Amino acid sequence: MSDNLIFAMEVTLNGLMAGVLYALVALGFVLIYKASGIFNFAQGVMALFAAMTLVGIQKGQVPFSHLINAILGTEFHYFGWTMHSFLAIALTVVVMIGLALAVQQLIFRHLVGQEPIILFMATIGLAYLLEGLADLMWGSEIKTLNVCLTGDTCLPQGLNATIDSITYNIFGYGFFIDNLDITATVVAAILVAALVAFSQYTKQGRAMRAVADDHQAALSVGISLKFIWVLVWSIAGFVALVAGIMWGAKSGVQFSLSLIALKALPVLMLGGFTSIPGAIVGGLIIGVGEKVFEFAIGPMVGGATENWFAYVLALIFLVFRPQGLFGEKIIERV
Amino acid sequence: MFYREAGDFKTSYTDDSQTFPIKFDRIRYYAVLAVAFGIIPFIINDYWANAVVVPFLIYAIAAIGLNILTGYCGQVSLGTGGFMAVGAYACYKLMTSFPDVSIVFHVIGAGAITAFVGVLFGLPSLRIKGFYLAVATLAAQFFLVWLFNKVPWFYNYSASGQISAPERTVFNIAVTGPNTDAWAKYLICLVFVVAVAWIARNLTRGTVGRSWMAIRDMDIAAEIIGVNPLKAKMTAFAVSSFFIGISGALFFSVYLGAVEVGEAFGINKSFLVLFMVIIGGLGSIFGSFAGAAFLVILPVLLKNVLVGGMNWPIDIAAHLELMVVGGLIIIFLIAEPHGLAQLWRVTKEKLRLWPFPH
Repeated sequence: MSDNLIFAMEVTLNGLMAGVLYALVALGFVLIYKASGIFNFAQGVMALFAAMTLVGIQKGQVPFSHLINAILGTEFHYFGWTMHSFLAIALTVVVMIGLALAVQQLIFRHLVGQEPIILFMATIGLAYLLEGLADLMWGSEIKTLNVCLTGDTCLPQGLNATIDSITYNIFGYGFFIDNLDITATVVAAILVAALVAFSQYTKQGRAMRAVADDHQAALSVGISLKFIWVLVWSIAGFVALVAGIMWGAKSGVQFSLSLIALKALPVLMLGGFTSIPGAIVGGLIIGVGEKVFEFAIGPMVGGATENWFAYVLALIFLVFRPQGLFGEKIIERV
Repeated sequence: MFYREAGDFKTSYTDDSQTFPIKFDRIRYYAVLAVAFGIIPFIINDYWANAVVVPFLIYAIAAIGLNILTGYCGQVSLGTGGFMAVGAYACYKLMTSFPDVSIVFHVIGAGAITAFVGVLFGLPSLRIKGFYLAVATLAAQFFLVWLFNKVPWFYNYSASGQISAPERTVFNIAVTGPNTDAWAKYLICLVFVVAVAWIARNLTRGTVGRSWMAIRDMDIAAEIIGVNPLKAKMTAFAVSSFFIGISGALFFSVYLGAVEVGEAFGINKSFLVLFMVIIGGLGSIFGSFAGAAFLVILPVLLKNVLVGGMNWPIDIAAHLELMVVGGLIIIFLIAEPHGLAQLWRVTKEKLRLWPFPH
């Protein structure tokens, strides 16, 4: 087998893994869009906020310490504990639920019935607000995130030795696959399965689907829209936390984490805004597509094509199928 | 008392269809122009020009451009930063390739080139609608920025990858380059702003503008009553990109002087201009000015208060500024989704009845 083909296989595998992470972010978008018609641009910043909160709680940082110190002239930054990851994650989930409640009560309750573009703009405003809040609460320096489950079994990092040796035996070349990517794939799969199970087999899940189907009909059979919206934002917050942990562990918790929202947008376009399987398949296509394109064409045009390739691919795709791969058929009436 | 139609008799069709049918509005309009051209150039200093006035004028052009596309024609675009970059780089190439031609023509030429690029990226709008289109315009944003970063021809193979504006003059007065006076910068931007606003205002109340608004309100219905969607959408993209290109060219050549594409024309610029349009008011030329003024002045004000007035560290002030801007946008959307222009409209309605509202 030629070297190039083997490289291409490795690139494809890595692309699949990256695609899973994109899909994870896109999932949060789809959940909120389906249930409330809000295109939540703040999803990426929510991931950043969740990851920063997690790190902050883990390390026992004092929230708003910089601000307090600047105003009062004091000098304290840490409570002085290091919290266990499980507890910290649980607390972060509580924070995200609180955030969902606040977002619903303070913002979107007042915007019911507005045009979609207004709701979209509100989420961009929310993205700015959350970004400023996250920086103000926990400081804007780059943080390392290390999630350890029990004692010293942490999220694995670096080259996966098993895959390396197996592929070396078959092809005479060891594939470089990051352990973290494998973990992320597994976690994403579990998360998706859990979400599907939740929406199929629980009362709240069914109510959620009913709301997604038709707000008024759902309201008329006694489903509380308010509760469902808070629920959906909480779930989106939880998905954001998972995405934040995975991306944060990979490349540090910093501002650029919020840019994964921009990576998820073409995934959404490709898969359709309203489809969970679409988000997953779209994520995989984009992940593989951009890695393979960068590998095959990138060197010819100067590299760094990953920034735009996904968008152009989605754009070309949409010209032929305007509602995305799995999106609901757009029916327009005068 | 003064703000009413009564007593202002129109005796010809031209009078009847003028832009400002109310006399008070007309006088106000000429008064604003007189102050802008006759007084401000003599009192403006470097700080005010660079921090507030010149960026305000340039963003006002961009906001008018985006407002035509989003507010009048209903096509949401997130590619403004990319189109501004096209304007800037086209202006740079024209300036360096034809040094003898006046900068004014370079800026207009940059607008024309941007209009062409805009139409190209606008073509998918015939198939794609709504949010899908908004996200699709991000393709333009990322692709264009990448292109100007990676192809050295665009920045004349300079080592830093930056483009910097050489000195160019209008009537022997430097308007670009490091030796430009504040008033010269101000005046050249002002001339473009007035021209753009005048064109935009007249386009939007004529046939073209009506076809845009028909497409915005419901494209299928518009098509059925005989509005050509291809023509309407493409003209909207062309005119909008033309203005945005002009603002990009001015932003680079007059305001900054030297730019690095990713930094000056990144996605944040697209959002900033979109915010201006939304806060100012969709579908209103006045709103574009109001939104631009609001978002240019707000950060300057916040910075002066927090850093200058209360001696906070700069990074905390910057974070707080983000929060305030985000929070204000949300508050605005909740309190008045139709923007500052709507407040202005309400005020005018009230004025008309004042002081006897019953």
